[in-house]
Amino acid sequence: MSQSLVTMSYIVATILFILSLSGLSNQETARRGNYFGILGMAIAIIATVMSGAVTSYAILGAALAVGGSVGLYAAKKVEMTQMPELVAIMHSLVGLAAMLVGYANFMDTSSHFTGAEKTIHEVEIYLGILIGAVTFSGSVIAFGKLSEKISGKPVLLPARHWLNLGLLILVIFIGKWFLSAAETGGGFFPLLLMTTLALAFGVHMVMAIGGADMPVVVSMLNSYSGWAASATGFMLNNDLLIVTGALVGSSGAILSYIMCRAMNRHFLSVIAGGFGTASGADAAVVEGEVQAISAEETAQLLLSSKNIMIIPGYGMAVAQAQHTVNEITKFLRDKGKKVGFGIHPVAGRMPGHMNVLLAEAKVPYDIVYEMDEINEDWDDVDVSIVIGANDIVNPSALDDPNSPIAGMPVLECWKGDTTIVMKRSMASGYAGVGNPLFVKENTRMLFGDANKMLQEVLKAVKS
Amino acid sequence: MKIGVPKELYPGERRVAITPEAAEQIIKLGYEVCIESGAGAAADISDEAYKKAGVKIVKDAKSIWEQSDIVMKVRAPSKEEADLLPKGKNLISFIWPAQSEALMKQFEKNGVTVMAMDSVPRISRAQKLDALSSMANIAGYRAVVEAAQHFGRFFTGQITAAGKIPPAKVLVIGAGVAGLAAIGAAKSMGAIVRAFDTRPEVKEQIESMDAEFLMLDFKEEGSGTGGYAKVMSKEFIEAEMALFAQQAKEVDIIITTALIPGKPAPKLITSDMVKSMKPGSVIVDLAAEQGGNCELTEKDKAVNKHNVTIIGYSDLPSRMANQSSQLYATNLRHFLTDLTPAKDGNINVNMEDEVIRGATVVKDGKITWPPPPPTISVAPQAKAEAASSVVVERKPAIPPAVKQLISLAIAGAALFWVGANAPAAFMSHFTVFVLACFVGYQVIWNVTPALHTPLMSVTNAISGIIVIGALVQISAPGFLITVLAGLGILLASINIAGGFLVTRRMLEMFRK
Repeated sequence: MSQSLVTMSYIVATILFILSLSGLSNQETARRGNYFGILGMAIAIIATVMSGAVTSYAILGAALAVGGSVGLYAAKKVEMTQMPELVAIMHSLVGLAAMLVGYANFMDTSSHFTGAEKTIHEVEIYLGILIGAVTFSGSVIAFGKLSEKISGKPVLLPARHWLNLGLLILVIFIGKWFLSAAETGGGFFPLLLMTTLALAFGVHMVMAIGGADMPVVVSMLNSYSGWAASATGFMLNNDLLIVTGALVGSSGAILSYIMCRAMNRHFLSVIAGGFGTASGADAAVVEGEVQAISAEETAQLLLSSKNIMIIPGYGMAVAQAQHTVNEITKFLRDKGKKVGFGIHPVAGRMPGHMNVLLAEAKVPYDIVYEMDEINEDWDDVDVSIVIGANDIVNPSALDDPNSPIAGMPVLECWKGDTTIVMKRSMASGYAGVGNPLFVKENTRMLFGDANKMLQEVLKAVKS
Repeated sequence: MKIGVPKELYPGERRVAITPEAAEQIIKLGYEVCIESGAGAAADISDEAYKKAGVKIVKDAKSIWEQSDIVMKVRAPSKEEADLLPKGKNLISFIWPAQSEALMKQFEKNGVTVMAMDSVPRISRAQKLDALSSMANIAGYRAVVEAAQHFGRFFTGQITAAGKIPPAKVLVIGAGVAGLAAIGAAKSMGAIVRAFDTRPEVKEQIESMDAEFLMLDFKEEGSGTGGYAKVMSKEFIEAEMALFAQQAKEVDIIITTALIPGKPAPKLITSDMVKSMKPGSVIVDLAAEQGGNCELTEKDKAVNKHNVTIIGYSDLPSRMANQSSQLYATNLRHFLTDLTPAKDGNINVNMEDEVIRGATVVKDGKITWPPPPPTISVAPQAKAEAASSVVVERKPAIPPAVKQLISLAIAGAALFWVGANAPAAFMSHFTVFVLACFVGYQVIWNVTPALHTPLMSVTNAISGIIVIGALVQISAPGFLITVLAGLGILLASINIAGGFLVTRRMLEMFRK
């Protein structure tokens, strides 16, 4: 295949990737978009394999076959509640691949650059491996935190900001060393040293981030994996890689931005980790007594109301309650009641997590609303049910300037007639914030395992 | 411990202090419950129903009084009944300690413990055992039903073939629990409802029930302690009376619920006002027990004066005995739950607990009424105010405009540095890169938030494009490079296959 034909295939692949992403603008076109993506990827791989630069078909075929089947197997087996973990581990694979390609490229002596081009090429290798390594180790830790193999609590080393700054300066310093060593054909050792530091940096960065900030981290690592691909593209003078990497990188960056805005947190302060580092005075202590409600009473309440809004949170995913929720929803809708779902942007552990879980349970997507779509309409809601969520329905975000989550937009469910909060027991949420919603006069608490209690509610509404 | 419920002896009293549903819950708390045979008959609850719930039926009242550890009643006991309660035992019922001095003395002498359901403090925690509110709710509802019975017209407006029927106009004076219940009932029957209250804070509640709040063009705050109204100034009362006089000419039904604790009911409807009302109008006076809000009210009677029916029943809750018993029994059940923290069937009259302290009027033969004034926590508010002032003082070190300028300057300098040093080949790639970032920016903002997870998994698959990098490396000379590149292909293809498949799986699930 001629070089021009390869380039043309790359352009087609690029267009297909862009179409694939723009297809996600709504549910109707999303499926077609995914096929565009697959087609683009196939064209890109076939064109590269046919380009003449590739001769070792045996290894290539074997690697593609093994990798492909592992990927297919994992995608088939994964539970929808485990999506954040899968996404995180896949980020780490991109990071690791970028590292390997970087090293391979560094060792490849067949390409000849001179002068400024050589320096730039080496900077590209250095950066590619750096970003790849941070993505890799960060994603592995994120995976560990999401799958609860590692505690979700932020691990805050003393003077961690100085530690990070020191690492950055050290990496720049080693970069200089690497460049001067590479002039004479060496530089392997500084490269290894930098890789170690980058890996450590990735671990340290994600360890310091609390569980509730996970959506930001996952989307940030998504962005990094894109930039790693882009850096590899620069290294190999390959525009397809650059463009695709940039698409993915900006996608992740925008998601991170959306998540940060949804929590009213500055991107840097999330990355720097820890909660409440900036608040001066103590937040007002929550006082009052909660009023409990039983499953039967909940069922009575649901049957006597017209407009019901369900607010799911990470707790619903943990309890695997989405199927029961769907059954209750279906039953109530058949009775002619209006049932909707209100989704906060950071509900769950990754962007859009709740939507996927509800879709899996076969909740029709046209009754699942975004926060901005419904936050004006709480006056008309008779009953809202909060399932395993806390911070996203915390009124102190709006009225207590000293709350750690002050200014974060929240679902204002307390403006409805009655709010039922499902909770395992009386403990504060992930952010360690007391929630005045629980002691509001029109709030009732339904204690117990979300799935078990919802099943009781289902039984009670049916009888 | 043993709980006993005797039959109510007061003439016309149909309520009973326990229902089978409540009894079941109380038995779960560890108590044994017995009831006098026929105690629930007037409230349409048979002995059989009690038996099914596990309640023991006892033939005579005397043994109930003598053998129970806790006696639960609706009305305050008569002199004879009070003497039946042995020393050291407990009684829970309505008592009205302010009005029944003799009874209190008797309790003191007999050395018993008495908890009055009418003395439960009106704080939000105690709402579930607030029997006064439960009863007031029923009285308000029943008042409308009684009015409807004596009113010769529809409540709701209709346009029929035979002509137009105007809706009835109802005025509710005093928007407490009873008043609001009356507003709700009248409203749901289709009447036009107006309401008046001296406490301005209830305006919102009245309007939330779709009734009209009658404003008085006069500035005076009418809120007393504990959510009740207080006595108003002379000028205020004059303005108020003028308003009522004018309303009396317009409305068809007046329901009055104005009470001031510990005082006779204020006289709000004069006989002149009654005279000015349309013939056939109805007044329901819920304050009849305390002398009535209307000058012409006669307690426990429905009388017709100047062609206006004036209803002064003081037993409205008892007229809906089944409903009242259910709510009252539930209130008692909640109270017992509070009294039995260990759920072991033994009461613990914990005088540290604000609710129990308030309700207990006689403790082991010592009068503990009235309780010390409720402690209202003002502290949190003050703290919040102090805190907000702290926030105001905090200012960013660098004004935001300067911050923006600084970041712009840094970006400009970086771009300048790259442009000055980079070779031409790099610049063409850089162009592609920057443009791709902008395309990505435009495309991603259009993605619906519901699909953010599929977006992440598809970008995951697409970032597997790094496979191209490994592919072009795999045939380079050197075994190590081949191995590294081969591994790279393997990892990237996991991403590609896994990412696209899982995205497909998810998107398949999104159905209408």
